[in-house]
Amino acid sequence: MSTQVEVQTFAFDDVSEAAVAKAIALYPPGKQMSAVKALLDIAQRQMARLTGIGWVPQAAMDVIAQRLGVAPIRVYENATFYTMFNTKPVGKYHLQVCTTTPCWLRGSDDIVKTCKSATGISSFGQTSEDGLFTLTEVECLGACVNAPILQINDDYYEDLDAARTEALLDGLKAGGALPPAGSTIGRQASAPVTHQTTLLPANGPAE
Amino acid sequence: MLNDSDRIYTNLYGQLDWRLPGARSRGDWDNTAAILARGRDAIIEEVKASGMRGRGGAGFPTGMKWSFMPKESDGRPHYLVVNADESEPGTCKDRDIMRHEPQKLIEGSLIAGFAMGAHTGFIYIRGEYYNEAQRLQAAIDEAYAAGLLGKNAAGSGWDFDLILHRGAGAYICGEESALLESLEGKKGMPRMKPPFPAAMGLYGCPTTVNNVETIAGVPTILRRGAAWFSALGRPKNSGTKIFCISGHVNNPCNVEEEMGIPLKDLIEKHAGGVRGGWDNLQAIIPGGASMPILNKEMCDTQLMDFDSLAAVKSGMGSGAIIVMDKSADVVKAIWRLSKFFKHESCGQCTPCREGTGWMMRMMDRVVQGKAALADIHLLEQVTTQVAGHTICAFGEAASWPIQGMMRAFRPQVEARATDYQPPKPMAQAAE
Repeated sequence: MSTQVEVQTFAFDDVSEAAVAKAIALYPPGKQMSAVKALLDIAQRQMARLTGIGWVPQAAMDVIAQRLGVAPIRVYENATFYTMFNTKPVGKYHLQVCTTTPCWLRGSDDIVKTCKSATGISSFGQTSEDGLFTLTEVECLGACVNAPILQINDDYYEDLDAARTEALLDGLKAGGALPPAGSTIGRQASAPVTHQTTLLPANGPAE
Repeated sequence: MLNDSDRIYTNLYGQLDWRLPGARSRGDWDNTAAILARGRDAIIEEVKASGMRGRGGAGFPTGMKWSFMPKESDGRPHYLVVNADESEPGTCKDRDIMRHEPQKLIEGSLIAGFAMGAHTGFIYIRGEYYNEAQRLQAAIDEAYAAGLLGKNAAGSGWDFDLILHRGAGAYICGEESALLESLEGKKGMPRMKPPFPAAMGLYGCPTTVNNVETIAGVPTILRRGAAWFSALGRPKNSGTKIFCISGHVNNPCNVEEEMGIPLKDLIEKHAGGVRGGWDNLQAIIPGGASMPILNKEMCDTQLMDFDSLAAVKSGMGSGAIIVMDKSADVVKAIWRLSKFFKHESCGQCTPCREGTGWMMRMMDRVVQGKAALADIHLLEQVTTQVAGHTICAFGEAASWPIQGMMRAFRPQVEARATDYQPPKPMAQAAE
């Protein structure tokens, strides 16, 4: 698969330029470096929008450094320190499965296994043959009472099990769009799935 | 059990409208100008009297923290920074505030900003909370459109801007000085203290960093009074707290309860009890990943507040309760936390950068049955050489889970020792 895309040049398009101007304007004059993570994110989203692959090529980092008036290393060190910037191409769907203790206790091993079998990926960091999926192991996503969690691109899929993970990935393989984010069992956010004890609706206890 | 009428977060689960009209119907922004008219000192005194302690983990008295800000500006602007980098494993409470009660956080930011002389506030939200950031930005936009932020915010005569800043994946940015570095556009590496942020924080200006739950609770405290808040909970551990109950319980959930509630009550009343019943309980991590683990005997009588948990050498941290029943491999659960800390060490201080990797590898050997008793004792001793020897508290955070495991589960851990001899001395560089 063609993950080894060489990108020699990069320029922000009109959509991104508007976002860049807005991001820099949020900070005091002379403190535009505060916008570096925002600009990296804008570049990554532009790549996803235009090429289907959300990542930040070095050419984009150089453009950002120039825009912010800093040495390129100041941008490179941000791009490599923070885990959300993909410095290499990823699949159309970036599967980020949390395996930290709260998710692990709720069965994240099954989610990992299902992600691998459904995509044909054998280990973390790899991209599937069809270029559709990259599988990454991530640390705590901060939705632990809805564990286990799989983040796909921007969205959290919560309260998963192996069967629902497989159905989710099968839908994407069949060309479907990402379903709405959130609980995959129809749960109300972080409320107990049954026997809610507090903040009950006025019409009586919830089931 | 806490009455619904005593809850700060009446839309914790998002069952009601999160938008401004819905928030107003629940009491948010009700005559905020009158609260600000009380003046800076009166607001700080009221927050001090309420006994509110920081909800991010350290439990530092909030009013006192605010009082460290200079009374008058020396020409430098003052900044409020809200820590929404919720990343402590087990913790997911600020997420609910930001997506379901965003106006509480926004109003609290105005009040706190005013109390510390800040005209600008930043909310640093973890990057993975993309949808939550979209929601919070929409709420901020609504507040601007309604005149609640910006010039003469909420008709108070005080100008206040609130800016949402997204992180990009780094647990360490929850440490306040690393957060400030990150906000300035650098790698999130903690700063030496002193100087403390109140003297030199963001852009070298006086800054106070507070957790989301701390700030979002302030408007309700000022409306209902310090006496109401301090009457809840226990002395020096007052008020309510959102607990996140995860792991081996029948109904994992977030719930706002009174401080000092017995751990057993909390789990049995709200989370449907431990899977297989209370007697099937093996262990609980009571305050997020870095807080030392408790065994069942400790859990039987444990109260959930800062001082009660400190008394058993653990801590309430962020209020994240990770429950393990008898089916769990506790040593492996702690190894996974060691792996977490190894991954998240920023790499600045040698004891932490090298120590977290070493501790993870030794924990892995214990899990695999490839550690001798002497190795386990060496591991225990090495944790003491990491904790307290680093710029920030990450060294402690990475060491405490192992130290806690040795305190609460020593016989079980030592039973895993074997007569295993490594093929040759370990000469492995940190990855």
